[in-house]
Amino acid sequence: MSSRLTSTVVLPVLLLVAFAAVPFVATALEQPFWISFFARILIYAIAASALNLALGYGGLVSFGHALFMGLGSYAVALPAFHGIANGWVHLGLCVGACGLVAWGVGAISLRTSGMAFIMITLAFAQMGYFALVSLKQYGGDDGLPVAATSSFGGFDLGSTLPLYATALVVLALLTWWMAKLRVAPFGMALRGARQNARRINAIGLEARRLQLVAFVISGATCGVSGLLLANLNAFASPSSLAWTVSGELIVMVVLGGIGTVAGPIVGALVFLGLEEVLKGWTEHWMVIFGPLIVLMALVGRRGIVGLIAQRPKAGRPATPVVASEGGV
Amino acid sequence: MSASLLFVQLLNGLQYGVLLFLLAAGLTLVFGIMSFVNLAHGSLYMVGAYAAALAYAASGSFALAVLAAMGAALAVGLLLEVAIVSRLYRRDHLDHVLATFGLVMLFNELVRLVWGPQPLFVQVPEVLAGTVQLFGFNYPSYRFAIIAVGLLVAIGSYWLINKTRVGMLIRAGAQNPQLVGALGVNIGLLNAMLFGVGAMLAGLAGAMAGPLLSVQSGMGEPVLITTLVVIVIGGIGSVNGALYAALIVGVVDTLGRVLLPLLMRQVAERSVADAAGPALASMLVYLLMALVLALRPQGLFPARRG
Repeated sequence: MSSRLTSTVVLPVLLLVAFAAVPFVATALEQPFWISFFARILIYAIAASALNLALGYGGLVSFGHALFMGLGSYAVALPAFHGIANGWVHLGLCVGACGLVAWGVGAISLRTSGMAFIMITLAFAQMGYFALVSLKQYGGDDGLPVAATSSFGGFDLGSTLPLYATALVVLALLTWWMAKLRVAPFGMALRGARQNARRINAIGLEARRLQLVAFVISGATCGVSGLLLANLNAFASPSSLAWTVSGELIVMVVLGGIGTVAGPIVGALVFLGLEEVLKGWTEHWMVIFGPLIVLMALVGRRGIVGLIAQRPKAGRPATPVVASEGGV
Repeated sequence: MSASLLFVQLLNGLQYGVLLFLLAAGLTLVFGIMSFVNLAHGSLYMVGAYAAALAYAASGSFALAVLAAMGAALAVGLLLEVAIVSRLYRRDHLDHVLATFGLVMLFNELVRLVWGPQPLFVQVPEVLAGTVQLFGFNYPSYRFAIIAVGLLVAIGSYWLINKTRVGMLIRAGAQNPQLVGALGVNIGLLNAMLFGVGAMLAGLAGAMAGPLLSVQSGMGEPVLITTLVVIVIGGIGSVNGALYAALIVGVVDTLGRVLLPLLMRQVAERSVADAAGPALASMLVYLLMALVLALRPQGLFPARRG
């Protein structure tokens, strides 16, 4: 089916190739700013792809994924503060802490569903926010500059180009993994549980367990984006756990195409790109951006990838790429 | 800590809880009956606060300011309901979150565009500027007024929901909206009315909070998130639950902020305790919510469903 091929293979590959070209183009045009700007896009694309596993495949409307981004940032800043610059330690701490927290948050949150799930994930992110604010010895409110960026042997994420390359590789691997996972038995069962958990339970699988696993993978992967972000900004701040960040991640996923492989990448690109363009026009860019989000919610959510893949073909309707909007 | 100081803090907690109830009462009905996740409720609170601040500055009458706040919030609320919200009732929660998230961005930025990032300050009205002597200590009359208004609203909503025909429809709508619609009741109108009343109460809360807090862009979100906690603890759709949970959250939060730093001084250095205490106290209500949901996912005082 060509439309499915477009969204899972052609589009991601095209996007990743384009991303790979960015540093060369930026260097040729002597616009180094573009490299760090696109690095930010890559990092948010990683976070959005991670969220998409829970939100798109699992149908879990997590309004607290900023928690994992923030924790990932602090997994760099805190050891660095104590003089540990080893990137493997940062990574281990990041994945370990985020996975563990995601497991705890998920285990409690998945006891509820629907509206309560949205709110309890939000509450956990707020809890993390205030916990980090309370760490006055580590900057509290003001955040913590990253004293030493993650260094993997001789490979240091402190400068922009290595960071860009790492983010691109991580995003490529993650996208490939998600494309595989989406159609693997686990992904199929997870997507089934979104549409009808009772049936999944009835055939002997445990829907809640699948969702918990998805939530843990999602959280741990989202943490990696935080690790990269802390290295890019050389800064970790509680404000990266703000509830608006969680909201923005959801907007990216839906804008790009929920439950699709390329969607989160497209969403991060369009979201941050549009933000940058609008900021160039007016400092009050949210006056334009807010209504656009409202409009997006109103017209329904095929997302951009959905629109691309759904071009009506003469004679037969295209296969829907976005699975039907199952209840949350 | 002396007993009277503790009592004052208890009253402060009660006052905060009452303010939360004003927000939670409308929101829990919107959540429970229309099954609509409304993040823009905090914006309606902000609309109320700004309308009150501006009307108070223009007219000098606080009563007029409160009326202006309720009117403005009602108007904006109804406009939102008709233009956007009513189109989304049948969609799932993700669409609600998205649309109202966009609205929050819009409202906050609009306010910043028109009135700038600086907060507006509202004076406590002169009649209520004094203190009341109670059991040998003084307590600000204005805070008492807030408690009184909140309790009046609580009694009023109890009467509306349990003793009137409209209330009966609301309760019926909470249990089975399709059936109520099938009996010939205009559910669309009922929904719009409920949303409007909720907005009006949010505006009232904004007006009452104005003299205590700074009126500024983004003021709605911290209180909105706390209100969400209240609703979840109380049980979604339950007004009684919202009242009890609002008071619990108000008292826990206020007392936590006072007592936690004191407790922490026992185990940590004074400077660390004073710095970390308030932030940890902010976590307290979320911990409470997590605990409640872990033990009773339906909330402490869930609405009865048929």
